[in-house]
Amino acid sequence: MVDAPDPRWIESRLAAARPRAVAALLRYFRDLDLAEEAFQEACLRALAKWRVNGPPRDMAAWLIMVGRNVTLDHVRRQSRLTELPDEGLVSDPERENVEDDWAARLDDSQFRDDILRLLFTCCHPDLPATQQIALALRVVSGLSVAQIARTFLVNERAMEQRITRAKARIAQTGIAFEAPGPTERAQRLAAVSTMIYLVFNEGYSDSSPESERASLCDEGIRLARLLLRLFPSEPEIMGLLALMLLSHSRQRARFDRDGSLVLLEKQDRSLWNQALIAEALAMIDKAMLHRRPGRYQIQAAIAALHGRATCAVDTDWAGIDQLYAALERHDPSPVVTLNRAVAVSKVRGAQDALDMVEPLAEPLSGYFYFHGLRGALLQQLGRKQEARQALKRAIGLAATAAEAAHIREHLDQLETQSSGTGPE
Amino acid sequence: MRYALLCYNDESVTSSWSKEEDEAVMTCLRAVHGKHEKQFGPVVRLMPTTAATTFRKSERVFTDGPYAETKEQLLGFHIIDVENLEQALEIVRELSDANPGGAYEIRPLMLFYPNGSAVKDG
Repeated sequence: MVDAPDPRWIESRLAAARPRAVAALLRYFRDLDLAEEAFQEACLRALAKWRVNGPPRDMAAWLIMVGRNVTLDHVRRQSRLTELPDEGLVSDPERENVEDDWAARLDDSQFRDDILRLLFTCCHPDLPATQQIALALRVVSGLSVAQIARTFLVNERAMEQRITRAKARIAQTGIAFEAPGPTERAQRLAAVSTMIYLVFNEGYSDSSPESERASLCDEGIRLARLLLRLFPSEPEIMGLLALMLLSHSRQRARFDRDGSLVLLEKQDRSLWNQALIAEALAMIDKAMLHRRPGRYQIQAAIAALHGRATCAVDTDWAGIDQLYAALERHDPSPVVTLNRAVAVSKVRGAQDALDMVEPLAEPLSGYFYFHGLRGALLQQLGRKQEARQALKRAIGLAATAAEAAHIREHLDQLETQSSGTGPE
Repeated sequence: MRYALLCYNDESVTSSWSKEEDEAVMTCLRAVHGKHEKQFGPVVRLMPTTAATTFRKSERVFTDGPYAETKEQLLGFHIIDVENLEQALEIVRELSDANPGGAYEIRPLMLFYPNGSAVKDG
């Protein structure tokens, strides 16, 4: 190393090393708070030390070793243990060859389970989704409590409390430290994938691409990439990453200037990010070679058919219908059937779609999109009175102004149709 | 004399760049390309290693992920234009028969400037 690196360079390396380092420190201390503190301490020392001496060869190993030693020293002092500290380790936690001790002991397979454990710890089943997300953003991604608070539009103290409570809940139950077997690992991967998708969706629902909250999309994608680098042969992680890349590729086209949602078929497709689409398509190609389909892969394949269409009329609705049929078999739910009905309406017409939608009335009676789609289908079939009723139900259930505005548009069309112009 | 300039960096760092940081780097690179327009042939940016597949010729199996061994050295590369990964893998099998030993890493390209056009916006 010839030049002393500047602090911004060091900070970006510290951020990149964080998941690996915190994960190893968690294995060592078996306590989230201690692991985080240890990493914090190591970062402070890295900022001072690396500027002068240049960065070590294996930065994560350095951070783990220094964080471990400094924190051990603190813990020992606080607990006034009488046992003699290990002089070699404690007196000079930053000594030059610190990385050599560890580099040999840290192999990738251990990192893999360390990081998976760290992510999995945040998915504690007793924690509500929002707390899982907040915890992952704090512990894994290293966002400050203030940043996370802004993301969730709550004040900083409330968020601090939420995260503290979540950590206490985890400490109570304990963290699973034994190395997972294959079944256990698969279960952890599934839970972590869901959590990562929640992180992404939290950002996806925001209307302004520049907001703090929208940056959660990038964070979700970053976490999925991290996971896929650790588990390169898991087609469902490829599917998850592809699905998020495809959704994210439309970010600039999804909202108009007033922040209103623009429907897929009305989006300006020149605003779609082609680089993200290309990467997602490559990822789906790779996943399909495994011939082990799953919910994320199928959803990604559906999004890919939209992504491939250069204009809305070119959409392969028959292909989308088939993929939703596959998703219905794989992961049946009324919402999946509802989505399939949209494709069916394009391929086989509104009546077939309506036949598919009607049986969902009970499970989806409180669901905005159910009444919205049903209303639109009735409208297409010229059943105006019923259409009006359904659309009014939908407006009452709209969660955002954009959703309400979209239904209002349909209602306005209905009114114009009734006042003499007639159906097209 | 033609040279290939192979670009190495820590992917966990580059993949956490924000869009702005990434674009700033690309702008700086394009300025260098522009300055040496006559000297530059194709310029390529690869997709992340997570998009890679590797074919080990001795075992004749495809595995996911990049080629990570350090025993072998990078000796050359081909750029192909195909419909999908399956077609690419077909070609890789043929190349492997023609040239045994070692491995092929199959990596999709993110950016490809054939020549000179490096200065223009992609």
